[in-house]
Amino acid sequence: MVKRVIVGAHYGTRDWLAQRVTAAVMAVYTPAALWVFLSRSPFTHDSWKALFAQGWMRIATLLFVVSLAWHAWVGTRDILMDYAKHDGLRLALQVLTVLLLAGYVSWVIEILWR
Amino acid sequence: MSAAAAKKQRPKYLSLPAIVFQIRLPLPGWVSILHRISGALLVFPFVAWALYLLDVSLRSEQGFSHAREYLGTPLAKLGLVVLIWASCHHFCAGIRYLLLDLNKGIELKAARISSAVVIVLSLALTVFLAAKLW
Repeated sequence: MVKRVIVGAHYGTRDWLAQRVTAAVMAVYTPAALWVFLSRSPFTHDSWKALFAQGWMRIATLLFVVSLAWHAWVGTRDILMDYAKHDGLRLALQVLTVLLLAGYVSWVIEILWR
Repeated sequence: MSAAAAKKQRPKYLSLPAIVFQIRLPLPGWVSILHRISGALLVFPFVAWALYLLDVSLRSEQGFSHAREYLGTPLAKLGLVVLIWASCHHFCAGIRYLLLDLNKGIELKAARISSAVVIVLSLALTVFLAAKLW
């Protein structure tokens, strides 16, 4: 028999951990990317395009946006659980958030692998 | 139960206006609510804005120069400053929470000092990065 706990407070652990791991990914990417952007001279369309044509830059940027979406989902859900008291409104806003974040990930894939 | 306790409205829900206007927040509380506000601002609209700019600037030569010109307009500059502040505050406060998770700086005095550091450092970083952009 499969014993599954379907109520309780421990489900937050995975979100909590995911939020911190994704934060670490973004905390590494952001200063590194900023340094790469700012140290590029001359800053032209060609050099900008060449930067994002490189495989590692595409992968790193995609990892960043996926981390951002996951991190933002946990954070937005926390905010909505605290401030959106009406169940229907909260559900609607959560669905919109998921769609928005999924849209971001799709959009960045479209931009990077055009 | 005392009369004073009986009069209080329970349970007490916190609303955003209550947090901002009614409750006198201690410094760590300000860092916390600003962490939420900056995070929400980054999710929307700033990520969408950044993706739009990345899209346009990578699409074509004209798109790139259009994006550069657009970022030079006063409204876009104001947006950039808010974006930079939100990023810096969220970043610094986030590092502080990671340290708190590791039980570093959880004493009242240390927590107050680190809150002040987060607020001041993120403002200083905003000024530095904004100055570097211009």
